[in-house]
Amino acid sequence: MQSLIKIFKYSFYDVLRSRWTVLYFLFFLVSTFALLYFSGNMSKGIVSLMNVTLTITPLISTIFGVMHYYNSREFMELLLSQPIKRSNIFIGQYLGLAISLSFSFVAGTFIPFLSYGIFVSQEVWDFSLLIFTGAILSFIFVALAFLISILNENRIKGFGIAILVWLCMAVIYDGLILMFFVSFNDYPLEKAAVIMTTLNPIDLSRVMILLKLDISALMGYTAAVFNQSFGTTSGMIISLLSLSMWAILPIVLFNSFAKRRDF
Amino acid sequence: MQTPIRNNIVLFVCVILCFLTTFLNFLNANQIKVGSQCSISSVKQAIIAAKKWDTIIIQNGNYKERNIVVNKPLTIIGENFPVIDGENNGQIFLIKADSVTIKGLQIQNVGTSYVEDRAGIRVSIAKNCLIENNKLFNTFFGIYLAKSENCIIRGNEVTGIAKNETEAGNAIHLWYCKKMLVENNHVTGHRDGIYFEFVTESKIFNNISTKQIRYGMHFMFSHSNEYFHNRFTDNDAGVAVMYSSHIYMHENIFADNWSTVSNGILLKEISDSRIEENIFEHNTIGVYAEGCARLEIKHNNFTKNGWAVKIMGDCEDNRFDENNFTANTFDVVTNSSLSHNLFEKNFWSEYTGYDLDKNGVGDVPFRPVKLFTYIVENIPPAIILLRSLFIDLLNLAEKVTPVITPETLTDNMPMMKEIKW
Amino acid sequence: MVEVKNIEKSFGKLTVLKGVNVHILKGKVIAILGPNGSGKTTLIKCILGLVLPDKGDILVGGENIKNNWTYRNNIGYLPQIARFPENLSVSELFRMIRDLRKNQNTCSNSEKCCSELVSLFQVQTFLNKPLRSLSGGTRQKVNVILALMFNSDLYIFDEPTVGLDPISCVRYKETILKEKQKGKTILLTTHILSEVEEMADEIIFLMEGQIYYQGSPKELMANKKAHTLEKAIAKMLEEHEQIHTC
Repeated sequence: MQSLIKIFKYSFYDVLRSRWTVLYFLFFLVSTFALLYFSGNMSKGIVSLMNVTLTITPLISTIFGVMHYYNSREFMELLLSQPIKRSNIFIGQYLGLAISLSFSFVAGTFIPFLSYGIFVSQEVWDFSLLIFTGAILSFIFVALAFLISILNENRIKGFGIAILVWLCMAVIYDGLILMFFVSFNDYPLEKAAVIMTTLNPIDLSRVMILLKLDISALMGYTAAVFNQSFGTTSGMIISLLSLSMWAILPIVLFNSFAKRRDF
Repeated sequence: MQTPIRNNIVLFVCVILCFLTTFLNFLNANQIKVGSQCSISSVKQAIIAAKKWDTIIIQNGNYKERNIVVNKPLTIIGENFPVIDGENNGQIFLIKADSVTIKGLQIQNVGTSYVEDRAGIRVSIAKNCLIENNKLFNTFFGIYLAKSENCIIRGNEVTGIAKNETEAGNAIHLWYCKKMLVENNHVTGHRDGIYFEFVTESKIFNNISTKQIRYGMHFMFSHSNEYFHNRFTDNDAGVAVMYSSHIYMHENIFADNWSTVSNGILLKEISDSRIEENIFEHNTIGVYAEGCARLEIKHNNFTKNGWAVKIMGDCEDNRFDENNFTANTFDVVTNSSLSHNLFEKNFWSEYTGYDLDKNGVGDVPFRPVKLFTYIVENIPPAIILLRSLFIDLLNLAEKVTPVITPETLTDNMPMMKEIKW
Repeated sequence: MVEVKNIEKSFGKLTVLKGVNVHILKGKVIAILGPNGSGKTTLIKCILGLVLPDKGDILVGGENIKNNWTYRNNIGYLPQIARFPENLSVSELFRMIRDLRKNQNTCSNSEKCCSELVSLFQVQTFLNKPLRSLSGGTRQKVNVILALMFNSDLYIFDEPTVGLDPISCVRYKETILKEKQKGKTILLTTHILSEVEEMADEIIFLMEGQIYYQGSPKELMANKKAHTLEKAIAKMLEEHEQIHTC
């Protein structure tokens, strides 16, 4: 456990000081300030930031995850030769990267909103939820990136697959849902929609935020079903469980692969 | 020049005469006290004992009475809100005479009947009544006026305990009335908060209607009325106004009307009316218009509604001018590919155009109807894809080359900044 | 010190080690030699637990290393490729590795050890530089220091002198010999045979995943009637080829 914390600590320092992380932080800082400035109002700013967050956070986390894994292969060898348990090394590295990425994201978005007075506005909970889902998405996609990397020795191939996974979850999946809706329009689709949403972390995060931001629209007609499914306490718990499963499952798989792997 | 002066003199004499007769009536009038310590201990006895134009003062206490018929012009005033309790067994006041005043009473528990529409105070074929500062609780119908004229209903608090639509009455219910003033009332927990049918030339203002299980306000066939400074919030189905013309609604607040069928305001076959300076906030649908014509909708704020405006294809010649559409999920929806309504000089927070000549008006027209709104109209569950990247891309494609969205429904002069008035 | 019993390892279809048996005694310097792809690095990684053998057992200091990581307390390892976290500084890297091995009594004086090594290899000026800015040679020096600073019982070096300048090379050799005199076991792979001749008590010659020769370099030279180790090995390889072509 101790060694896990130590590995995490140093990898956190390392990633946090990388110029990519700094760029990532600056990107969110500048774009959040810009969104707030151009939308002029905080709830509009949150909506725009949501679009950015749900797209960029998973993408950057995926790219960083793959890059970090392949770049630290040799250093991992050195670490593996040290008297430390294997899983501690990998989990420590994972946490170091995921936490520093979420940290850059949270800091980058939080500072502009803080300066616009988020704490005295009504939107403080909406914003907190947005930050929270952004951070969880970082964890999920770093985990997926690590898993993909360990399954592919070839870094070009690993990189390609990781980007493809992101593209599927961020864009293609929704297109498939829409196609499904169009083809089965005669059937009651609400339950299917709920299930399909729960299965994709990006969609699930989006719906969780929507329940705060667009509650008026989601109250209409059939959408009430969604509110009953995701808006209730048990729905919230299921959503959170599903999100954490998305972060935990890949990393558990990754860890079991890492245990049996030759370096 | 002579005729107006003579008219004036006639008018003057009339006024003096009127004044004198009332004054004489007052001289004639007595005060009757009702209370446990008084010789008269029930309201009914007092009414029998009273002569026309008398004043009955009801002292604080608990009066278990019902079916009290007021059949002569009387003023009934409660001291410190005496309680008139119907014990869930019947209607309490029935006013059948002109010029009756009821003030400062607490009227409660009329009970539910499926045979008659029971009410806390029922006014039937009467003129000049004043119902003021009463508290009504659990009265099925609160204040019910039929075929009456020139009455004032002011400052009452009507609280119901309605659970479902079939077993509920309305808080303030007017039927075939004219020249009424309904002001400063606070109504809650009924089927409809304020209900008008065939009511004309009336003013409804400063009322608060919340948490009704159906409509905060509901009127039909009621022309030439003015509604202002009212608040309609948290009603299950919002406000519904139907089959009326020459309505002027201004400075009302329609907020938090959320449910699967909830509208800030539902306009059905309303014509030649003005809707100005209202606030529509946090409603499932801000304004829903069906079969409306020649409406002027100006200077309203639509904020954070699910659908700000849902306008059906059978609406014609309506104008939306200088409204603010801010942070709504959908700004405008319609079910037709043609639009016969005009949107101009509105502010749209979704607008992304530019203003090169700096005249405050955007240089590119704004299309408030998006492709996704169409998708949701046809496949309601698709709303779960709201704000997803895929949908944004679809919307963008449609924006560049409109195929499905109505080409005529545009705001050609979108404002760059929120409009103040 | 190290006992390798009948190790087999294949990566996919490629069999790298085919039943290797090695016994290494304490206080010796052993060089593992062999052509490219003969399984040197794989053998070393097996001993370190980086590569998990398909068959066979490895004992280090009497402990079976399967599902065990504590035995690495007694090992100092120098990997072939030296790449470190880019944004940490040299001293931070030292501190990190020291930190990771802190609870082991073997390196109670690792800090002192480290600073001695730092001055020996002249890395003082780079201590606060981020690792990404270091040259290959300096990086290798850092690598050497990392391997040596824990006063371990067993040192494993994979191509240690690659990229080192002559002075550092000499100092490295001196340090190794000093450690040997302290009774430490040293296992190394290298392509520079003069180095082996100079330092190794024993060589293990791997070929196609099997041990082809094990013994002292002098014996080999005498055996093959060669003056240098290089020639002896060349002769050995020629003989091997003749056997195979016949």
